[in-house]
Amino acid sequence: MISLSINGTNHDVDVEASTPLLYVLRNDLDFKGPRFGCGLAQCGACTVLVDGVATRSCVTPVSAVRGQITTLEGLARNGRLDPLQQAWIDEQVPQCGYCQNGQILTARALLNANPNPTDSEIRAGMEGVLCRCMSYYRIQAAIKRAAGQSTAAFYNASPAAAKSGVTT
Amino acid sequence: MTRHRPGLTLPSEIAEAVHSINPSTSRRGFLKASGALFISAYLGVNPTGRALAQAASGSAGPYPIPDYRQLDTWIVIHPDNTATFHVGKTDGGQGTGTAYRQMMCDELDIAYDRAVLIMGNTDITPDQGGSGGSDGIEVDGWPMRRTAAEARRVLLELASDSLDTPVAELTVNNGTVSVVSNSSRSVTYAELIGGRRFDVTLTGDNINQTRGLADVKPVQDLRVIGQSLPRYDIPAKVDGSLTWAVDVKLPGMVHARNVRPPVAGATLASVDEASVSGLPGFVAVVRRRNYLAVVFEREEQAINGARALRAEWTPPAEAAFPRSADLFDFMRVQTPTSSSRTVITGDPDAAFAVAARVLEADYEVPFQGHTAIGPAHALADPSNGLMTIYSNDMKIYGLRLGVARFLAMPEDRVRAIYMDGPQVYGRTAADDVGFEAAFLAKELGRPVRVQWSRDEETAWDTKGPAYTFRMRGALDATGRPVAIEYEARSLDYNHVGYNEPDTVLIAQLMGLRPAQPAQGGAALPSSQYGIEHQRMVGHVVSLPMIWETPLRCGNLRDPNGPQVTYAFEAFIDEMATAANADPVEFRLSMIEDSTEDALFRKARSLATVRAAAESYGWDNRPSPNPLMAAASSPIVNGRGIAYTFRSGTVVAIIADVEVNRETGRIFVRRLVCAHDCGLVINPMGMKYTVECGMLHGLSRALWEEVRFDNEKVTSVDWASHPTLRHSDTPESIEVIIVNGDPNPDRPDMPHYGAGEACHKPMIAAVANAFHDATGVRLRRVPFRPESVLEALRQQIS
Ligand code: FES
Ligand code: FES
Repeated sequence: MISLSINGTNHDVDVEASTPLLYVLRNDLDFKGPRFGCGLAQCGACTVLVDGVATRSCVTPVSAVRGQITTLEGLARNGRLDPLQQAWIDEQVPQCGYCQNGQILTARALLNANPNPTDSEIRAGMEGVLCRCMSYYRIQAAIKRAAGQSTAAFYNASPAAAKSGVTT
Repeated sequence: MTRHRPGLTLPSEIAEAVHSINPSTSRRGFLKASGALFISAYLGVNPTGRALAQAASGSAGPYPIPDYRQLDTWIVIHPDNTATFHVGKTDGGQGTGTAYRQMMCDELDIAYDRAVLIMGNTDITPDQGGSGGSDGIEVDGWPMRRTAAEARRVLLELASDSLDTPVAELTVNNGTVSVVSNSSRSVTYAELIGGRRFDVTLTGDNINQTRGLADVKPVQDLRVIGQSLPRYDIPAKVDGSLTWAVDVKLPGMVHARNVRPPVAGATLASVDEASVSGLPGFVAVVRRRNYLAVVFEREEQAINGARALRAEWTPPAEAAFPRSADLFDFMRVQTPTSSSRTVITGDPDAAFAVAARVLEADYEVPFQGHTAIGPAHALADPSNGLMTIYSNDMKIYGLRLGVARFLAMPEDRVRAIYMDGPQVYGRTAADDVGFEAAFLAKELGRPVRVQWSRDEETAWDTKGPAYTFRMRGALDATGRPVAIEYEARSLDYNHVGYNEPDTVLIAQLMGLRPAQPAQGGAALPSSQYGIEHQRMVGHVVSLPMIWETPLRCGNLRDPNGPQVTYAFEAFIDEMATAANADPVEFRLSMIEDSTEDALFRKARSLATVRAAAESYGWDNRPSPNPLMAAASSPIVNGRGIAYTFRSGTVVAIIADVEVNRETGRIFVRRLVCAHDCGLVINPMGMKYTVECGMLHGLSRALWEEVRFDNEKVTSVDWASHPTLRHSDTPESIEVIIVNGDPNPDRPDMPHYGAGEACHKPMIAAVANAFHDATGVRLRRVPFRPESVLEALRQQIS
């Protein structure tokens, strides 16, 4: 049995230790936020936060996870959307929306580490998250819209997260 | 602590459809077990189940083909005075679902938030062909508007009886009909027909012609159309609550992975099933000729099983195709398998013979892929001798018909249900994978989910065809363009079928194939230029291997437009430079000379090009920019324009680029797009789709190329097949909505398409801006740093 803490709830799963976290989240626990895009840590579609750090669940063995997992569906708090999610709606960011899980969670990690990023810090921080609908312009607008609003980090970022904001 | 089990997870509207349409497959508790999200939470109403039940009543078979000539197929009014609309389209994320709902609400006279719209359920929604060609608003929007207008007409007649008042003395406001002179006398749509059928037969020889007796409203009376309403599908895509096609789970479902030939055209000699049959979760190895798949209980087991399976493949005797580096030379020397009619205007030979100046240039565009962010996937359920396919295929009706033929099942035993998925932008492996899932499900008698891998998708998905072009142009002594010649070579579309089960990859690997490829390809430019002497022709050539190949062409966003417009508009720019003319003025004067004016495209083209130039702040001068030639810094800037039209939509894009002459990097700082697509249904949605369509074009301009050796595709992931990224995003994008119609207030203003038109001139705009900055022409796509440096070096040498 492997224990996972996801969006504040504990889950026990009985799977091979090497199973990528992505498949446990999607197939055993029915989370729909993290999605398969490449399985190669190249696109970001499968992103979850682990202690506030953007983590690619497609290449993370379930047994290697140490810390609190947050998925897209766990980002809202007390019935209120994360300011980034609200900004995503206000800016009407998605086209198909398939990549947006990774965009939103990576942006969350970025803002946790750097609440008021410059344009070039946004570009650099988001560089590894791909969108094949090319909604980048609206994504960047939404991050700028939300940036001022996140006075306190929404999640408790780990020291590592505070340094880089993003891991891949 | 909770222990979850995989349950059935479907959005409520689809789950209810499953119940209401076919009680024999109804699974009670389905929704409860799912804990599923309710799309209706964002809509305020959830009339869907009743709507579907009503739509289905009287159906002849398990999954009848909806009759587009019945008003009830399109529109249902519920007892709570809400409406459900059924349309045969899909929304790949361009917000067309929201736009369709706006159009139908407006004609029906019901508030936007009192209606829902269901798309692409093949047994519930009429067959409008799914999506493609940016024609959803332009073509399919008309039967939607007319059927909604007809429903309003019928309801007004019912109200006239009920209120004992002539129709002319009635008015409608948000689903309530009242007497003009006495508004206390009123009746709601629900009171008139809620929960019951219209039983009104429509006319029209095909679905696009569908109409009743009512006319649509004049533009002046439209209220919901034209509003920038937020897209209804976005909240659930942002909070993680949407159930996508990838999320559907069924009891007993197993996971399959394809095992592709290691090289194109290889023959499967033998399979060692024992190499995987001992692995945990093993279900089956399925083989038909060269089609091979493994099936396991769990997804990660299937991934490992596909890697572990030992199989012997015999490579083909002949090379399947030339190497990508040799592709264009190969294409130029092949004998065409077909050619377009040569379109000749005037006497081009005579004009070239006496011209003061003759220019020539060749252009090249490689194969480019759809390469969706999420690889192809589908789930097929073979329960009860039926077949249900959950898919994001935008040709969902073709999938249903094709699978029925492929599996030799009656068509009314098969249905395909469209659900959201990663963007496809054309004919992709989303077509293929539905066939694979259905085939495996039928073989195994269990629900099977097939998921393609990243490298499988990038290598084996259909491709936009490569092109070579030879352009010639002639100027007279004053610099006026007098003649132009266009000769294109492209590749056949061997996998473009709609309903034909032999055009998909699995069928080809099984040895089924059509008699010959679809010709497609080698399109001619959309030219509005009044050049007196013209010759235009396109040829199609074939690669050595036509079937079972990863280099199979299928429509990619405006299938030939970006390639053709690149060559044509880049060459027009070369002519402008040779004439020492300003590129905007040069184009405007050629449009002025045009005698062609279908859809008022002449006036609209002039207005659009002028709007782009004005919004950009274009100053009149020839290219290249003389200041840049003298610049000593490695960074130089330039601006470039490209203009075209697609069907009724006219578009002009100005790109402002920064070129680093030391690194070869092109950065597009600013994009200005002037866009005339007639009546705009939702300005905000349209603008954002245009932004993304332009950036998709920019990705194709800067990065995208399918590379291959003699036997396989070698660009297979995001490292070997780069795409546009955040750092490439322009600092500013402006989309200007133009109405260049000579009678801009006409009450019958048509609505044309968006999404592809803006994609079309993007490559040319970048190439022209690069020339303005550097004085160098980029004649081969993509413009990656290494090719840019090479082009700059050639200029020096
Ligand atoms: S799916 Fe994990 S990074 Fe692409
Ligand atoms: S919105 Fe479609 S991939 Fe990003």
